[in-house]
Amino acid sequence: MDAKTPPTADVLSRLTEIARELRIMDIEMISEAGSGHPGGTLSAADMVAALFFHKLRLRPEEPDWPERDRFVLSKGHCIPIVYAAMAKLGFFDPGLLKTLRKLGSPLQGHPDRTRLPGIEASTGSLGQGLSVAIGMALAGKLDRASWRVYCMLGDGEVQAGQAWEAAMFAPRHGLDNLCAILDHNQVQQTRKVAEILDIGPIVDKWRAFNWNVLDIDGHDMRQIVDALDEAESASGTPTLIVSRTVKGKGVSWMELEPEWHGKAPDPEQTRRALEELRGER
Amino acid sequence: MGAATRDAFGEAIVRVGDDERVVVLTGDLRDSTRTEKFAEKFPERFIDVGIAERNMLGIASGLALSGKIPWAASFACFVAGRFETLRVSIAYQEANVRIVGTHSGIGVGEDGYSQMALEDIAGLRALPNVSIVNPCDSVETERAVEYLVDHVGPVFLRLTRQKVDDVNPEGYRFEFGKAPQMREGTDVGIFGTGATVQEAMKAADSLAEDGVSARVINVHTLKPFDEEAVLRAAADCRALVTVEDHSAIGGLGSTVAEVLAVGDGRAPLLILGTRTFGESGSAEELYEKHGISGPRVAESTRQFLEKLS
Repeated sequence: MDAKTPPTADVLSRLTEIARELRIMDIEMISEAGSGHPGGTLSAADMVAALFFHKLRLRPEEPDWPERDRFVLSKGHCIPIVYAAMAKLGFFDPGLLKTLRKLGSPLQGHPDRTRLPGIEASTGSLGQGLSVAIGMALAGKLDRASWRVYCMLGDGEVQAGQAWEAAMFAPRHGLDNLCAILDHNQVQQTRKVAEILDIGPIVDKWRAFNWNVLDIDGHDMRQIVDALDEAESASGTPTLIVSRTVKGKGVSWMELEPEWHGKAPDPEQTRRALEELRGER
Repeated sequence: MGAATRDAFGEAIVRVGDDERVVVLTGDLRDSTRTEKFAEKFPERFIDVGIAERNMLGIASGLALSGKIPWAASFACFVAGRFETLRVSIAYQEANVRIVGTHSGIGVGEDGYSQMALEDIAGLRALPNVSIVNPCDSVETERAVEYLVDHVGPVFLRLTRQKVDDVNPEGYRFEFGKAPQMREGTDVGIFGTGATVQEAMKAADSLAEDGVSARVINVHTLKPFDEEAVLRAAADCRALVTVEDHSAIGGLGSTVAEVLAVGDGRAPLLILGTRTFGESGSAEELYEKHGISGPRVAESTRQFLEKLS
């Protein structure tokens, strides 16, 4: 196994700053759209920043570059934070962010690969994305390709049976080119996950299914980057990063509040949220 | 009697397997879906996902999005029944998957209703992008499989468990999206699909004895649908009859009714298909009981024509 060079403090602070920018773009976008899912986008922001600005090998100017890494957002309702990253990377004109959820926009409320180049999979019906990612990883193995597959799941999402069909399958087929990430933000649409249908002990469950499981603080950029590096060097079995996060992270009054799962802030709330994210408060 | 269309599929998929893009998946049904020979010849491109058809469909989607041509095979009810995965992970994202459903209809026989797909066409027909091919015999199945390798877009291939007659000649050419006329006739046009094409032929033989001239049309592609074949039959014949091993609601009969209602064609239409859940029995007994055997189709057609005159 390769010894990894630890990420420098510069890299980490740059990624943290990018995550903050993505959160700002995300809130602006959802506010403009008038609907959306801020909570789960904010919890995923740090991981998305690390993936898109550090880990994934992508060519924004050539979105179907055959050697690219694949990223599947299985929790499709949180796509605005990915749109923000894609816009910042130059996949499309950032002006398009204003059209999120509007008629005719390639930025659909849930991702649609047929409308937006760079989106790897159309998702939104929870529980399905990991299976699609597994199919990609199998194709990569068949072709002896060097690209890798990443798939982000929600914690409420793994209540769905298909996710467990997929969880059972991937280690059996030695898909070490696959890294799943569980954005464990503790809250689902109407209640805390633990209240509705507890998914714990989540680390033990996936370990029992023979995954290489890494349990991290999903808002600590060093832990995120280390985990993504470690997943890349794991051999023989896929990795699950249990990324322990806070739904609504970064806007104090949205944090862990189910209310902010699926509603857009009004103009006044948007102003206050942006103020907090910009550190002006 | 010829072979089951699943048998023909099993032979054809091995032949097209030389194409390295072809991957075959099944859910613990390599024997029933006749994918065992492919598994032996191309083990590295054969995936048994276990009894997890939603995962199978999702994996097939990911393979297709990465340039493979996956054939995901199970009983028709188990793949079409995983509708939500099929609609989002395959249809919506235009994943180039071939969904292979064997054991379609009451022709399954003794296993009974839980193993019979009787609503699959109705559901899948509503999905944009998804084509439906339901071949009637071995040669048509083999030609369809060969054609489908290079077809672009999701396809549902509906196959039989039971043996069916060889109704097409050797050297038959499969034309996707066309409904070939198997027999000329001007009194009544009988449309069959898959295993009921042979029943339509038998009914036409029986009607001919009474001096009734029946045209038989083989709808091997249910979607996209050959509307012209319906309009021609409506113009040439006094009445139309559809017969399918599927619910009378939402399948071939409904498709023909839609063409007639929306288009310029006008003809009285009799729809024959199942009206209840399936049950155990031999395929022959069930075709008889549920009114889709050759003799029952002939009888219903006679009564229908009498009522019209």
